[in-house]
Amino acid sequence: MEEMKETRRNFIVKLLMGGSAFAGLLVSIPFVGALIEPLLGKKNEVWRVIGPVDDFKVGETKLVNFENADPLPWSGVTDKTAAWLRRSSENEFIAFSVNCTHLGCPVRYINDAGLFLCPCHGGVYNNDGSNAAGPPPIPLPRYKARINNNKVEILTSPIPITTLGEEAS
Amino acid sequence: MKKLKQLWQWIDDRSGISEMINPLAKHPVPSGAKWAYVFGSATLFCLILQVVTGIALAFLYQPSSETAYESLKYINDVAPLGHILRGIHYWGASAMILLVGIHMIRVYITAAFKYPREMSWISGLILLLLTVLMGFTGQLLRWDSNGVWSAIVGAQQAGRVPLIGTWAAHFLIGGDTIGGASLNRFFAIHVFLVPAILFGLLGLHLYLVIRNGISEPPKAGRPVDPKTYRKWYENMLHREGVPFFPNAAWRDMAFGLLVVLAVIALAVIYGAPEIGTPPNPSDIHSNPRPDWYLLWIFALFALMPPQIESIVMAFGPPLVGLILILLPIFANKGERSPLRRPWAIGIVIFIVMTVAVFWYEGTKSPWSPDFQAKPLSKKVVGEVSQEAMEGSQLFFDKGCLYCHTISGHGGKRGPELTHVGARLNNEQLTLKIVNGGGNMPAYGSSLNEKELRALISFLKTRN
Repeated sequence: MEEMKETRRNFIVKLLMGGSAFAGLLVSIPFVGALIEPLLGKKNEVWRVIGPVDDFKVGETKLVNFENADPLPWSGVTDKTAAWLRRSSENEFIAFSVNCTHLGCPVRYINDAGLFLCPCHGGVYNNDGSNAAGPPPIPLPRYKARINNNKVEILTSPIPITTLGEEAS
Repeated sequence: MKKLKQLWQWIDDRSGISEMINPLAKHPVPSGAKWAYVFGSATLFCLILQVVTGIALAFLYQPSSETAYESLKYINDVAPLGHILRGIHYWGASAMILLVGIHMIRVYITAAFKYPREMSWISGLILLLLTVLMGFTGQLLRWDSNGVWSAIVGAQQAGRVPLIGTWAAHFLIGGDTIGGASLNRFFAIHVFLVPAILFGLLGLHLYLVIRNGISEPPKAGRPVDPKTYRKWYENMLHREGVPFFPNAAWRDMAFGLLVVLAVIALAVIYGAPEIGTPPNPSDIHSNPRPDWYLLWIFALFALMPPQIESIVMAFGPPLVGLILILLPIFANKGERSPLRRPWAIGIVIFIVMTVAVFWYEGTKSPWSPDFQAKPLSKKVVGEVSQEAMEGSQLFFDKGCLYCHTISGHGGKRGPELTHVGARLNNEQLTLKIVNGGGNMPAYGSSLNEKELRALISFLKTRN
């Protein structure tokens, strides 16, 4: 076997290798596109109706659930989201995230104690969401809530993710 | 019979199977290599088991957020032997993680990562990472409420990655919340992406065994010198090497067979992990726990000082990875015998003990409030005043019992209070309840004076 040494062949081989690399690059664009597809595009925030205002007593904190902002036809039950909703006064509602800021586990509200407790690592929050004890680095996040046409509504938003450095603020 | 032999000869001649396999099977290996060398091959047998059972499961599983749960139920309860199939896949994964750990410890203790096998160690590290990734994504494919909440916990940890944390978390769960896109990703990662990379690296890992030879059993006073090692190794094989098959391979086969049989037995006896409640992210009555091999990390996150936790989550894994990758590069020569490397033994004992202690704590998880706690019975409370009786009810209503044990009832998050009345006086009790401290919230604002008096009155009867 004699290797191709002529400059022209050499050049063509290099061109073909470069061309193959370029083709690979082209294919990788839709590949990466599919991987990050759910992260692309503008995220909607939607007001979801929870129920009539009168379903909630002043001072009461209840677990409510609603559909998230981007349900897909194949989401099934996974398009649901929950929040702890409190009627803090006649015309005011506060909605707390159910996700502990430590590692995201679902917190439970203990009504008589006025505390949120986390089952995973024992984080505790006061009834205003401020940190009471345990490992959570920041207070329990809130969703926006409002009264519209005598119904309570919650604004959908991403699952709160605690990021590095947030605990310092 | 003769015809069959002829047929085989034709196939062999045209395909070159013997030509390819024989040198591999007969290649000389050091003669002293005994039972310590079986863990790598046993891991490989487990992987094959995982591929086979995984393919079978994929024939029945519906990889969609909506239907995965129902199809799991179907595999488990209806499909013939489906329960055992799931069981083999689960126990096979467990065995693989355990064996890969033992394999790594063996290689480290006998310093088999030294020259010229640095690349074997580094490719092995990536294979370890991929194996754990397979385990975690596999747990998520068990798409019940535990799967949903474990995905969220995973996303929260990804969130601690510097700068791109939120993006990484959303990348993991497929969007800014759990939903229709979530399960498909875990499926594609678990079934296509990671296995493809894993097989490629495994090919390299095995090729390196042939290229550099398996490491000879170490001997004190016989250090590795990169200048002369390859020549010495060749001469040693020439002098005292034995053919890999069957002289060394029989042990691999025997141990591998034992492992596979044990996995099948565990699957038949204990079956697969239970499938919990449906994957509903609004169902908060979930108590997410990782599978056993990650329980120690779960415990670590409960017991670590919260101030350093995010830093550890963000920088711990890459730092450990970097140290392990650099190990064979900086320690590529010198003594291999564990007798001359006491620090190596010490480090292994320390790490194994640490993981074991955290793992044990993880199985108990005393830091988790006990939401199953029932109000204290009359028998436990005993004959007490009306006020103390009310106090005992408050002790439950206010959530005290979730974290404190009284006479064997309640959680273990806080100190046991069975004899607290003898230990603390009224003033100390008041201070503690009102102000909290440590892991206890302050109850000052959620108790009125009467309630506080009743609670203290009850606690004083615990002596």
